Amino acid sequence: MAADVHKKGGDVPNGSLVPKDGRHAERSESPTPGLAQGTEPGAGQEGAMFVHAQSYEDLTSTENPDATVQIPGGREDAQSDQTKIEEISKDFSKLSTQLTGIALDLEEEMRQSKEDKQDLSPKASRRDSVLSGKEDEGVSMDAWHMHQKHVFVLSEAGKPVYSRYGSEEALSSTMGVMMALVSFVEVQKNAIRSIHADGYKVVFVRRSPLVLVAVARTRQSEQEIAQELLYIYYQILSLLTLTQLNRIFQQKQNYDLRRLLAGSERITDNLLDLMARDPSFLMGAARCLPMASGVRDIVSTCLQQAKAKSLVFAILLAKNQLVSLVRKKDQFLHHIDLHLLFNLISSSSSFREGEAWTPICLPKFNSSGFFSAHISYLEQDTDLCLLLISTDREDFFTVSDCKRKFQDRLKKRGVYQALLEALHTPFYSVSQVGIPFLRHFIYKSKSSGLFTSPEIEAPYITEKEKERLLGLYQYLHSRAHNSSRPLMNIYYTGSHENLLAWVTNAFELYVCFSPLGTKAAAVSAVHKLMRWIRKEEDRLFILTPQTY
Amino acid sequence: MGNGQEMAQRTTGNKEVSFLQDAPGSKEFSCVFKVVLLGSSSVGKTSLAYRYVKKDFQDSLPTVGCSFFNQCVTLDATTVKLEIWDTAGQEKYHSVCHLYYRGANAALLVYDITRKESFEKAKVWLSELEKEFLQNEIVIILVGNKLDLSEEREVTIEEAKEFAKTNCILYTETSAKSDYQVTELFVTLAHELLELEQQKEKLRHTTHWKKSRVDLQETASRRMKCCQK
Ligand SMILES: Nc1nc2c(ncn2[C@@H]2O[C@H](COP(=O)(O)OP(=O)(O)OP(=O)(O)O)[C@@H](O)[C@H]2O)c(=O)[nH]1
Ligand SMILES: [Mg+2]
Repeated sequence: MAADVHKKGGDVPNGSLVPKDGRHAERSESPTPGLAQGTEPGAGQEGAMFVHAQSYEDLTSTENPDATVQIPGGREDAQSDQTKIEEISKDFSKLSTQLTGIALDLEEEMRQSKEDKQDLSPKASRRDSVLSGKEDEGVSMDAWHMHQKHVFVLSEAGKPVYSRYGSEEALSSTMGVMMALVSFVEVQKNAIRSIHADGYKVVFVRRSPLVLVAVARTRQSEQEIAQELLYIYYQILSLLTLTQLNRIFQQKQNYDLRRLLAGSERITDNLLDLMARDPSFLMGAARCLPMASGVRDIVSTCLQQAKAKSLVFAILLAKNQLVSLVRKKDQFLHHIDLHLLFNLISSSSSFREGEAWTPICLPKFNSSGFFSAHISYLEQDTDLCLLLISTDREDFFTVSDCKRKFQDRLKKRGVYQALLEALHTPFYSVSQVGIPFLRHFIYKSKSSGLFTSPEIEAPYITEKEKERLLGLYQYLHSRAHNSSRPLMNIYYTGSHENLLAWVTNAFELYVCFSPLGTKAAAVSAVHKLMRWIRKEEDRLFILTPQTY
Repeated sequence: MGNGQEMAQRTTGNKEVSFLQDAPGSKEFSCVFKVVLLGSSSVGKTSLAYRYVKKDFQDSLPTVGCSFFNQCVTLDATTVKLEIWDTAGQEKYHSVCHLYYRGANAALLVYDITRKESFEKAKVWLSELEKEFLQNEIVIILVGNKLDLSEEREVTIEEAKEFAKTNCILYTETSAKSDYQVTELFVTLAHELLELEQQKEKLRHTTHWKKSRVDLQETASRRMKCCQK
């Protein structure tokens, strides 16, 4: 194995990305829907790095987080594609009008909310409670309208824990109303409930001892909003552990959790921002920094060799993209935990100085205890961040030494420079695929839990347009994963773009075409795209993950 | 974590390792000391460390867990290496703070002169330290930071001085922002550490003298540790 890696390293200088060693013999060139899981482009050669997770698994599972839920039938059973198409195009046209006409909508809705006071929708009750309170910019309905999504966290006793906008203090009366609603809608624990009113969805997720609420005017499905709320829940657990959280509220039902979370609000804020921008969360997968497989393999080997007894995971990342991940044999990371780590790192510039050593809970791995994370940048002004997760909080110097060893090895094996160069091209252009009317795509390999996606280019230039594209993907994703009626194929022709989704057991593909192409052309383009991904897979994915 | 006796042992254990040959070029022995920064959130611990290590000031975000820095100070003929542990002041990290100050040779108790409650918190930290360390085992300096905001002062020099005096600890006021007394703080710290170390060394010799037997095993393990470093 080691010799093999070394040999491949030799290929790097000529820049060839095509695997030379024929290990793809049994991997088909042009993947079909019948492709077995594990043979799709991007699937790891030596097993996965991540826990294999269903979309929305947390929402379908019961109290016991370990219980695996089988979705009966699977996706292939969806025959009602045709009947759904009409509904989908209706939704899409709504989506584009909503997204292109934000300014207008906003104005209209603001006017409306000033007029109707009799309405008993939750919005109105909030409003009433606000009106009876003192004047406060933070809670006025007008301010709320500025935001696409509002998120609150409260304790089961109704005490504010977190609020995305405005101070929790000012919103505490609102939270009380929310709480009343929660107990009203609660039928069973861990259930999601939602209220649809006036272009808004109010989604509740209850994870004892916390209640999470989102008020959204995005077109995300209830499930997707609930999934985001769960991320917030896990974010809180990662700071405190579930055990500590439960203990606190058992001892004092009325405890003000903001005391313990003080200073971490920006981590949660950052998470919400990231979820609105980064498809990793939607895909439930991680994106890799594209680089020649020879370089990546050497980096992974160096990382693997810089080991210590207490190390469970070693992760090298650059701006929310994975460079390499080494894990202890038999220990798998969950993508949610990885995303929380990415978020933690991206939410604070303070890791650029010195070496951080911090307790951290990986709630999907084990929600009852802390790991110790060593977080540091390889050099202060590069984006390469090394994350070493240890089970031993006393082990700082050993773990710190692993970093040094890793850096020494990188330099000795001459890949550090190549690594830095890979940082210059964190994204590739969709034009490399060579399909003229292809604008953008997201491809996820289910067995590896990794996805790839080109840079978002024209016509999606502004942040708003980029978010709109992500919104379209979100919508496709929610249609494809609808728990009652999952769809395998979706094709939609719109005035701004044509969209295609293809979800199989092995992979998920979401493609955006210019509105000029035909369906037949799109279908053949998808096959060409899949061949291209296969050809480039060892640059775009981590195919040979290492273990300790 | 453990009883006081164990702690004391651990501290001496650390001390043995901390004498090691300096980097090439210098023939002096250099000493490594562990310095921990303690205090409420946003009093300026990270800013002080940053000012001292990087000679700069920038708006910093709350520390997550703890940050570790290395810095060498040269005093006369001796180079002292400081391992600076900049802890997070946020309450959720309090339960792990003892991990960071365990085995420390010095502690800087930082408060913000414009926030009375941060001074009160510094007092609490002192009593925490007193539980873990014997007197003369650790150098403690009370640091009133943000002197540039002295017009908003809530903690007077007199009360801080008085408190330091009654508790036999050192006291200074600094500003990480305007770079006032920051280098002086760390240089004083290094001097104090060396002095304390010399006292301890003397003490160690006298105890050795009294001992009739040399513990070979202990000597061997000490040597091992040195080689590893
Ligand atoms: N005016 C003034 N501001 C300062 C000074 N030192 C720090 N600050 C500011 O105070 C804030 C908090 O500083 P930090 O150094 O992050 O505080 P900290 O003690 O490390 O906080 P935690 O990491 O949360 O424990 C920052 O906005 C700094 O810019 C100072 O000497 N004068
Ligand atoms: Mg700090």
